[in-house]
Amino acid sequence: MSVAKSIPHDSGQGHVSGAARYVDDYPMPADTVHLAFGLSANAHADFTLDISVVRAAEGVIDVLVASDLPGENDVSPAARDEPLLAVDVVHYIGQPIFLVVADTHLNARRAARLGRVSYTEKTPLVTLDQAIAAGSSFGEPLTFAIGDAENALKNAPHAVSGTMEIGGQEHFYLEGQAAYALPEEGDVRVVSSTQHPSEIQHKVAEALHLPFHAVRVETRRMGGGFGGKESQGNALAVSCAVVALRLDRPAKMRYDRDDDMIITGKRHDFRIKYRAGFGPDGKIESVVFEHFVKCGWALDLSHPVADRAMLHADNAYHLPNAKIVSHRLRTNTQSNTAYRGFGGPQGILGIERVIEHIASDLGLDPLTVRQANFYAAKGELTPYHMEVEDSISAELVAQLADSAGYKTRRVEIAKFNAGSKVVKRGISLVPVKFGISFTLTFLNQAGALVHVYADGSVQLNHGGTEMGQGLNTKVAQVAAQVFGLGVETIKITATDTGKVPNTSATAASSGADLNGMACKDACEKIRTRMMRFLGERYDCGQEDIRFEAGNVTIAGEVISFAEAAAMAYQARVSLSATGFYKTPKLKWDRLEGKGRPFLYFSYGAAVSEVELDTLTGENRILRTDILHDVGNSLNPALDIGQIEGAFVQGAGWLTIEELRWADDGRLLTAAPATYKIPCASDAPDQLNVALWDGANREKTIYRSKAVGEPPFVHGMSVFMALSAALAAAGGQRHIDAPATAERLLMALQN
Amino acid sequence: MPDISFVLNGEVVRVPQDGEATTLLDYLRLTRGLTGTKEGCNEGDCGACTVMLASVEEGALAHRAVNACILLLGQLAGKSVTTVEALGGDHPVQAAMVEHHGSQCGFCTPGIVMSLTASHRNGRQDHEDVLAGNLCRCTGYVPILKAAKAVLAAEVPTARYDEKALMKPLADTGFIDLDSFADWYAKNPDAVLVGGATEVGLILTKELKQPEKFAFINRIKALQVVEREIGGLRIGAGVLLARLQGLMADKHPQFAEMLRRFGSEQVRNSATIGGNIANGSPIADTPPALIALEASITLRKGGKRREILLEHFYQSYGVQDQAEGEFIESVFIPEQADTLGVYKISKRFDQDISTLCGAFNIEVKGGVVSKARIAFGGMAATPKRAKTVEAALVGQPWNEASIATAQAAFAEDYTPLSDQRGSAAYRMILAQNLLKRYFLEQTGTERVRVVGGAS
Repeated sequence: MSVAKSIPHDSGQGHVSGAARYVDDYPMPADTVHLAFGLSANAHADFTLDISVVRAAEGVIDVLVASDLPGENDVSPAARDEPLLAVDVVHYIGQPIFLVVADTHLNARRAARLGRVSYTEKTPLVTLDQAIAAGSSFGEPLTFAIGDAENALKNAPHAVSGTMEIGGQEHFYLEGQAAYALPEEGDVRVVSSTQHPSEIQHKVAEALHLPFHAVRVETRRMGGGFGGKESQGNALAVSCAVVALRLDRPAKMRYDRDDDMIITGKRHDFRIKYRAGFGPDGKIESVVFEHFVKCGWALDLSHPVADRAMLHADNAYHLPNAKIVSHRLRTNTQSNTAYRGFGGPQGILGIERVIEHIASDLGLDPLTVRQANFYAAKGELTPYHMEVEDSISAELVAQLADSAGYKTRRVEIAKFNAGSKVVKRGISLVPVKFGISFTLTFLNQAGALVHVYADGSVQLNHGGTEMGQGLNTKVAQVAAQVFGLGVETIKITATDTGKVPNTSATAASSGADLNGMACKDACEKIRTRMMRFLGERYDCGQEDIRFEAGNVTIAGEVISFAEAAAMAYQARVSLSATGFYKTPKLKWDRLEGKGRPFLYFSYGAAVSEVELDTLTGENRILRTDILHDVGNSLNPALDIGQIEGAFVQGAGWLTIEELRWADDGRLLTAAPATYKIPCASDAPDQLNVALWDGANREKTIYRSKAVGEPPFVHGMSVFMALSAALAAAGGQRHIDAPATAERLLMALQN
Repeated sequence: MPDISFVLNGEVVRVPQDGEATTLLDYLRLTRGLTGTKEGCNEGDCGACTVMLASVEEGALAHRAVNACILLLGQLAGKSVTTVEALGGDHPVQAAMVEHHGSQCGFCTPGIVMSLTASHRNGRQDHEDVLAGNLCRCTGYVPILKAAKAVLAAEVPTARYDEKALMKPLADTGFIDLDSFADWYAKNPDAVLVGGATEVGLILTKELKQPEKFAFINRIKALQVVEREIGGLRIGAGVLLARLQGLMADKHPQFAEMLRRFGSEQVRNSATIGGNIANGSPIADTPPALIALEASITLRKGGKRREILLEHFYQSYGVQDQAEGEFIESVFIPEQADTLGVYKISKRFDQDISTLCGAFNIEVKGGVVSKARIAFGGMAATPKRAKTVEAALVGQPWNEASIATAQAAFAEDYTPLSDQRGSAAYRMILAQNLLKRYFLEQTGTERVRVVGGAS
């Protein structure tokens, strides 16, 4: 078996030795030019530009403004509202206005600061309130509904209502955005740190008025993506390609960290208003949510992000009557984009707040309220009218509550709190149910290209990209499994639009589900051809042929896979195949809010215990226990790695990671000095992760489940545990996110 | 001026003197093609560029993890640099990182490997402190900490080359004489003084300034001397914060505990006490504790020295009592019984800039406050004493009622700002509450903080 094994990341040795190369690490031809953007210093203004000083600066070779671009001036993923270089008007501080081409990265950066821009200022809309007041939005609000929420609210015995502000999040992939382009006789080859090589290919082609086939995009690996490299790499890749063909020289561009934080979009900030009606046992009868989504200045992926937030407004809970209204607001800030969970976590935080509010209103343990509301195993409908057929929340949560000693520890904590004046503790269990599939149904497809060489070695290419999640390792395991080979026999190559075309972004946690299946399809085609040939050669039925342990057993005779491959080659059998997969069962109408957007759901839950210093708001996570459902794991070590990492990233989002903008729209937290992601001591002292024992009921790749995004939600257990600690200290427990030390301390000032 | 000579991965390299302000990271990646060392932030915050720096100190080799992105070649004269490429791929740290799945995207990994290689060599077991300056966005650190723990059992591999022997012939070129520097600087006051470059580095990498004249005072051995004098401890301005932490561990443990959270391992291995004092930042972390300890500094210009109380050094925002061509030579901490409490409050516990940092040094005799020195960073335009609070306490009984009265006096001493690190109201409440924390710590037995207090 190659699947279900904890094989290390295929680049592990390369990572630790420094040999694994990222975009900026490749030796470049000597005449390579380096690019940097001149950025807007104004959040909303008409502008005129004088670049004479830039042109004269040391090392500058060329400077481009919008009118110099040969083709489409657009780097948006879909809406065509995001010019590569601003034309006449700027919409946020950090928007690229001109493009400097210089001999070195440093000279390009220096020159980029010398542009003389005259602004005629307009009033910027920086906050959600300003955007709402100005009616600045992307289209009409969208509503999903089931039952009669308003009426059920009126009739419910109890009701709570409130508003929660939820902050965004900077991706802080350790490798900043980067790309380079090589001119190739009128065509162009682009190497990009991107989750979406095909989109890069399309944007580059449009920018150069070339057919797609003239643009080849490669991605070997990213130094982290988290959604931040789904669309945000377009601007760099297009710039490099345009300059490469304009000057007939290789062109490279990478953002300095601070520029990266100023230019690129982040997780969407949300405001969620809620009204909930419920019974005396905490059973929810009706919820009305209103989502206010801060999209930033351009659309980017905001519609599907905001949709996914709506699609997760139920989390693991059956809401018999529900209405979710989503407003997508346009502001003069970075255009918010994909970020792990893609709106799902924000939607989930809304209902988890409702649960907490109900619990405090009734004086119940929040876990009791959660358990009272879980979806039944099957048969109940989501607010978007999809039947939940695979709910395991009740069993999973019961098992975790037991293994983590939730009840006992709650009692111990109460005892501790009674005896501790300054330091207070809190504990919370938060579940997750996360829908798996792109909600834009056509994206749920993938391709693969597999070659078996005459020596029995295998080369594998698929449409997914490697950003650290171990996708290549998992897909190689699939190939190894089909051929009965060791995973070391499988060579993984860079994702390449020239090998697998028309790919979707590696996103929505779908990488292994989609590409694993496509790879399996390709490998099985080759294996079938080999079996047909061997059956004829050995005059036996195909059922008598087995591929295992590096060998092929044919009616009792054992030959090596290499020998089998050599024989097949000599017998003129094709040993190369493409594979393809499309996710079945999907049918979704987003405007109606009805259908089946997801093939299945992933489940999990986390228990966190925290300690809060009531004099300062400082806090620590003492222990976290996670039980998470990945179906039949393709690779338990990689899956656990994803869960641990997602948890810490999720906890960071809701605690120390705080984005702040000045009134004029300037991002104040635009450097690691001011924007703090968790560091080593922020992980819990004890983090116990276990995998749920159970197969995916859907026919996914070896019955596994997606893992990238769902465990991000586990960070919520920390936020809710802090809320419990606030309550223990007599504070206002229902606070906004993130729960910075400041917000926690202020919640204690009665 | 001579070329800069140092050892890189076992080879002596010479860089012309005009390359002195090039960062080590750019040199490695652009000149040497050693791309294993990564640029994550270019400002000393993420640690992706961590390399190991060796020097000979009192005859022995000392190895430290440092950030290459804000380390200038001029600082390296006579030292030895090891990058990830020189580990060979089979170092026990590398093997443990693979075995424990310590890398995902892998971009932070070479830096983490180098931090752990240095700490492994030094026998360190405080892995979270060692790694505080290495950000990882993928793993949540759990497998990295497992690898760090696992590798403790492994022997330090035999050196592939004799660093000490390679450094020896470079020793003379590496150091600068203090007296000649003092004379030179008096005549060249426009030179940028580089101690650890953890501040100066950012002027180059972020502000993109190109100063013409540098003085690499980290090469002045006389500034790194620590001497016990009558009445106290004299600490050379060039003493690393990492060393200061050790010096304070017994004397003023709370100062040492604050220093444990000052910057990161890499920053403390480069930054100096003199630099932290001289930069004049209102949120510099050593001044509050030093002011509370009644420390003084010796300023020197040419051959002339003067000693002033540190609290008098800070005049207004960005303005210090420092003449052109004058530099800080040493800091003097008077001998005293330890009643120091130092509290650094920041958004993230480790490797963060303070929202505020408060230091309390209160003497109680017969139940009455006899002396009080309280100083804060982050509450005013400079590090500043809370004299009204002090006055409200002195002569009063050391009890909750006195604390409550004194807490109100903070508003007389400070009018803090609101910024991205915290609002004015938050800062004020914190300052007041920290006095209470100090009182509770001094008088009670209950644990009153979540990190760093007695458990």
